[in-house]
Amino acid sequence: METKKEIVLHGIPASPGIVIGKAYVFAKQAPRIEDKSISENEITNELARLQHSIDRSEKELQKVLQLTEQKVGSQKAKIFEAQIMILSDAVLFDSIRARIKKELKSAEYAVHREISKYQQMMMNSADEYMRERAHDVEDVKNRVIRNIQQEKLISRFEPNSIVISEILTPADTVLFSRNDVLAYATDFGGTTSHAALLSRSLNIPSVVGLKEVTKLVQAGDTIVVDGYAGNIIVHPSEETLARCNERKEEHLHFESALKEIRELTAQTLDGKIVQLSCNIEFSEEAENVHTKGSHGIGLYRTEGLFLRTENYPSEEEQYGEYRAIVEKSAPFKVVMRTLDIGGDKVVSNTSNEDNPFLGWRGIRVLLDRPEVFLTQLRAMLRASAHGEVWIMLPMISGLKEIRQTKELLEQAKTGLREQAVPFDENIKIGAMIEVPSAAVIAGDIAQEVDFLSIGTNDLIQYLLAVDRGNEVVSDLYQEFHPAVIATIRHIIIEGHRAGKPVSMCGEMAGDPVALLLLLGLGLDEFSMNPHILPEIKKIIRSVSYSEAEEIASRVLEMKTEDDVKDFLKVNLHTMVPDLLLE
Amino acid sequence: MIEKEVTIRNRAGLHTRPAAALVKLAAQFRSEFFIYKDGFEINGKSIIGVMTLAAEQGSTLQLKFEGEDEGQAMQTVVGLFERGFDEM
Repeated sequence: METKKEIVLHGIPASPGIVIGKAYVFAKQAPRIEDKSISENEITNELARLQHSIDRSEKELQKVLQLTEQKVGSQKAKIFEAQIMILSDAVLFDSIRARIKKELKSAEYAVHREISKYQQMMMNSADEYMRERAHDVEDVKNRVIRNIQQEKLISRFEPNSIVISEILTPADTVLFSRNDVLAYATDFGGTTSHAALLSRSLNIPSVVGLKEVTKLVQAGDTIVVDGYAGNIIVHPSEETLARCNERKEEHLHFESALKEIRELTAQTLDGKIVQLSCNIEFSEEAENVHTKGSHGIGLYRTEGLFLRTENYPSEEEQYGEYRAIVEKSAPFKVVMRTLDIGGDKVVSNTSNEDNPFLGWRGIRVLLDRPEVFLTQLRAMLRASAHGEVWIMLPMISGLKEIRQTKELLEQAKTGLREQAVPFDENIKIGAMIEVPSAAVIAGDIAQEVDFLSIGTNDLIQYLLAVDRGNEVVSDLYQEFHPAVIATIRHIIIEGHRAGKPVSMCGEMAGDPVALLLLLGLGLDEFSMNPHILPEIKKIIRSVSYSEAEEIASRVLEMKTEDDVKDFLKVNLHTMVPDLLLE
Repeated sequence: MIEKEVTIRNRAGLHTRPAAALVKLAAQFRSEFFIYKDGFEINGKSIIGVMTLAAEQGSTLQLKFEGEDEGQAMQTVVGLFERGFDEM
């Protein structure tokens, strides 16, 4: 047998686990088409299936086009523009409809026959450009047929294979999981995409953001999906396979060791206790509070609820969702962040801005839309009758926003009191510290609120003036930049001076390398993606607070990110030798 | 029915963007619009059809218009060809 060259692709780890299996290429799989005739009374139904498929295909392509423009560049995106144009070709689809009506053929057969005609003409062309266009036409044809056959598609999926796709909808993710999918690998998506979150809660390893995996992998190829490191390996060699199996064993062993500490406190060897909590977006994920051994939810992103519905969800809808999360998380607290739209989190009814990250987002939107804000505050207050709720405000840049919010909160409380609706009178309210101005005046802010929570993703981006989604500059995004560390230290000191707890809910809170530093700086609560939480707890239980303090004070003297990183890694390895770092 | 011969003048030929512009323009008229090239006949209001023509710079096409507004349709469409799809 011919040995193909091993290819390693780097993406973003979305759900942990290592899996070896055969690829099932979801987007490119050529659908099977039979010459199927229909009866007269089936015509209406076939036409409806065709229209439904065209609509769905266009939606998919718009999404892929938009993502390709953002992540790969507008040149490559042009392919999809051409495909979308074909979908709106009235002449083409009129002839397809005519075939269904006059020749009494199934929708997929009519699409196949009509589009293949053009494809054949293009393939016959001597022009290289034209033969490439023939492949675009092929893609469009397959997509439309695949969407016509949607319901039949999943049944053709070979159980125990790895799904390769451009993007995965949450619905696809769930459907495949019912058919024993081994893993997912996709071109697009981030760790917080809905499909990534779902694959984590379904315990299916996945790697996203691989950019061109659908182009490089053929159906039936043997591949390794490494959901810890965020890699996939195509045509792995014997040695690679052996190494992967070894790593898999190590991880399984380590994970079973983590289960043993689930019920234990996050306490250092010398008795310092910190809180570990989960970041979630959907009520389904609230189960992690107990299964991962956390102290509650340190960040509940309410955007998920808002993005699912076309309009703003009603107070009742919000209350139902918030209450479900509070009840699932009891006896622990739930920190609910008020709606944080804008920036990269765009809801369809927000305006176009040149610089959305510096524009209308977070608390700014809410204060401009008091009716939306009041509805959300009322729903959160009502949920607080069923368990401990803290309210957290995103994108705070100064005291005025906090004072305005507190006035609205009082208004919401008064309304509920008048209607005799129960809520927690002493509900806590806190500010996210993610805008540099708020970090500078953290002491003043701490006087006004009950707690502070450091949002490192935005804080670092604003502090260093680096858009981490922009590949040209993303290597300048440094968690361990001395300015970032000094700022975090300042926020913690100022919070504590005012007698208020300080938590962190950005990605840094779940980074094992950052842990010793943050612990040593005195952070009270670490809120993170639930899947990393057991590992973080293990580290905390293996180190001493006094050593962490020593490490933090050494780090504060360092001048570059590289020095800090190396120093922290070495210390982590020495203190927790059995940790499996990627 | 009226017919007219045109030549592709822009460097890139009748690729995706000009094809889209042509189809969009043709759709504004009620007349039927067909294009002939090397023995092929395609509907000029169909993007997939126009893309299939693979008409490169210098190639000639026969345009045929038929309908109540055929004169105006021809004038407008031929104008687009003469301007090289505004790519020159």
